[in-house]
Amino acid sequence: MTCTRRAFMKDALGCSLATVLPAGAFTLLSRSEARAAVANANVRWGFLVDTTKCVGCGMCVKACKNENEIPYDAPVTRTWVERYIVTRDGRTLADSPEGGRDGYTSREIRDEDIDPDNIAKAFFVPKLCNQCDNPACVQVCPVGATYQTDDGVVLVDREWCIGCGYCIMACPYGVRFFHPVHKVAEKCNFCYHRITKGLEPACVQSCAFGARRLANLRDPEDPVTRIITTERVAVLKDEYGTKPNVFYLGLDANVR
Amino acid sequence: MKRHVLHPLWVAIGLVGLIFLARQFLVPDDFGVHGESFTYNYYRLSNVDEWKAFPVKYQGRDACVECHKDNVRSHRRSPHKRVECENCHGPSGNHPDDVEFLPLNRERDLCLRCHADLDYPNTARADLPAIVDRRHKRKRECVECHDPHDPREEAS
Amino acid sequence: MNEEIIVHGVEWTAKELFVYPNEFIYWSIQIVMYPYMTGLVAGAFVLSSLYHVFGQKDLKEIAQFSLVFSLALLPVAALPLLLHLQQPLRAMEPLLTPHFTSAIAAFGIVFTTYALIVLSEIWFVYRVYFVHELEVLKGASGFWNLLRRGVYAVLTLGARDTSDEAARVDHKAAKILAGVGIPVACFLHGYAGFIFGSVKANALWMSPLMPVIFIMSAVVSGIALCMLTYIVIMEWKAFRSRRRDSVAAAGEIKGAEIEIIGKATRYLLGFLVAAISLELLDLIFRGYTAMKSWDILRSVMYGKDFVNIFVLQYTLGNLVPFVLLLLPGRTIKRTVVALLLVLFGVFMMRWNVVIGGQAFSLSFAGYMHYHIPIIPHSIETFKEGLFGALTVIATPFVLFWLINKFVPSLRSDVGEA
Repeated sequence: MTCTRRAFMKDALGCSLATVLPAGAFTLLSRSEARAAVANANVRWGFLVDTTKCVGCGMCVKACKNENEIPYDAPVTRTWVERYIVTRDGRTLADSPEGGRDGYTSREIRDEDIDPDNIAKAFFVPKLCNQCDNPACVQVCPVGATYQTDDGVVLVDREWCIGCGYCIMACPYGVRFFHPVHKVAEKCNFCYHRITKGLEPACVQSCAFGARRLANLRDPEDPVTRIITTERVAVLKDEYGTKPNVFYLGLDANVR
Repeated sequence: MKRHVLHPLWVAIGLVGLIFLARQFLVPDDFGVHGESFTYNYYRLSNVDEWKAFPVKYQGRDACVECHKDNVRSHRRSPHKRVECENCHGPSGNHPDDVEFLPLNRERDLCLRCHADLDYPNTARADLPAIVDRRHKRKRECVECHDPHDPREEAS
Repeated sequence: MNEEIIVHGVEWTAKELFVYPNEFIYWSIQIVMYPYMTGLVAGAFVLSSLYHVFGQKDLKEIAQFSLVFSLALLPVAALPLLLHLQQPLRAMEPLLTPHFTSAIAAFGIVFTTYALIVLSEIWFVYRVYFVHELEVLKGASGFWNLLRRGVYAVLTLGARDTSDEAARVDHKAAKILAGVGIPVACFLHGYAGFIFGSVKANALWMSPLMPVIFIMSAVVSGIALCMLTYIVIMEWKAFRSRRRDSVAAAGEIKGAEIEIIGKATRYLLGFLVAAISLELLDLIFRGYTAMKSWDILRSVMYGKDFVNIFVLQYTLGNLVPFVLLLLPGRTIKRTVVALLLVLFGVFMMRWNVVIGGQAFSLSFAGYMHYHIPIIPHSIETFKEGLFGALTVIATPFVLFWLINKFVPSLRSDVGEA
């Protein structure tokens, strides 16, 4: 009967409109604002970690917690330091007690005392959010609560995040967590409130050994950028296609 | 014809309309694509300024020298010169405006962060003077004997 | 603002060896329940559509019931998500600002569309009944009768025509909706599989097969649940009528019909075979290609989770019911046992994917063990604990009981033929 066919067509049209209209609506509404907001083509924040200089004092982790109001006793942190011990008999042990928050003051790794003569190499690896070019965490956010700014930092909107945890599952580097007080997703943002005022991130400032350095990857005169572009640097887990912007000097093959 | 088949459709359309109406009230006006890609730049614009306004806690050592000249001077000449004041004294925040005294952390654990002997070869750590905690003046505060601002000096 | 410090996940996660500091089991029991419940929704709907679209007349009674049960399951599919969200009051945001690059954003649209289809189809099936009830209740008094009158008046949506032609149109529309609803139900559950399958950071989840595996096992669970509930309800009614020595002829309520069960079983087995084949294919491929993650995955699947995967899911949940349903001389009792095992098996599949995917660290050098909170001592341990899961399981039956009072899905004389 033609009437039911018509009814079906109308129903189908209605459903397609219902699917398409939301997509159309927000794009139409925000283009004008988009142009105004894209201001900064001169800055793209990056980071350089020199693992040959890190001594595992953990001051960076402590400074980060204080600066960014992450409860000190909570077992979550925006940045952390890992310790690796590679033994001569072929074992690799790694730990990061409380993220290295209290520094490494004991030789025991995972309740095991390794004989110093058996240590082939040992080193510390600081880690933080890589502020990726193609952040998987931003791609999977269902509501647009996490995003990439025009200068490359990935931020979380605390007022909009619904706390689903998809971004936390999507990050290959494990840098995200739920803020224990605000109950929304949280991660390192290069101390965005400091770097946009010309200050350094808290972890960079607190490192007495120069293991952490901030860079503006778009400034060819930036000394750190020069190191990144002219010396041999590595990134973590590039196989995921996220294009991270934290570069490492002295990154060992054993690093997880 | 039998138009009653369309009644559920009107309900459906009404529901969708309600959602659009709700959007007008519940979604902030500056929510949209602010950048090149919908994938990575879909957000509420005013959040960026909210983050920029987050309070700064660590002032950096240049803020200390105005009032604490002596300690800063001896510190600058010493092997500890690259250790930030706030690493040991904590974030200064608005000191001295809101906090008169910053905490004095005299615990061993603070010094052991760098100076506990881990005996790892070929690391920057190996270049630091180090002690084995349980063999060196156990339970005593390091600063009883060592001046933290210039550790070459004895504590005063 | 709540100043209480709760690190989400720390209570039920035990870490072993090297795990990154921020890693916990963030997606716990409620995220296991969610695909399980949406799977039941999709499966129930497909079973109902087998009757409406493909004209499998023997399935009429169970089809009627599964359609309404699918509706009872629908809000319950959203319940685990509400219990899981750290900010449940913001749950409408995926409908308000959907970021379509996220599979979860599809949820708002697909869920709403599917709900509208199910509601519309039920409307077309029972519209004439609503109008008749309005006639019957005219002039009736008492709170319950007035309430029913009000509800039916709204439910008719102003369409009071009960002529044969109108009824034919209803029937046609229901058929079309049942047909349209099948791909939507598949999409509803396929996207749930996509949520996991597209997470490249998780070595166990990332697989293009994930959406298909989820759909197949969802249909299995939906058919099994509908068959089981149908058997239980019909047998209970028969038992009750026998006890009462009722005047109503014993022939009216026969209990579950063997032919109907047999028909539904054949579909169940077909989807079961498809689901298990895909899962085994995934496993074989992983072992063969031996990517970087294979070492830790193997130690999780063949070691720590061996019982969960191979004993509970594959054997008890798939192989045993398969055999039970195929052996000759199938009885209702044996079918019930098989169906319960199938439902258990599908639940274990969700568990092994969600929890199993978080059983190893991103470092590939450590493990996380999930200890589900049993006795809740806080809101969080209730929501994400055993009692939260039990609440989710119980709710569809409560909702179905309520809906059934207005939409009688178990009466064969009601609802279009």
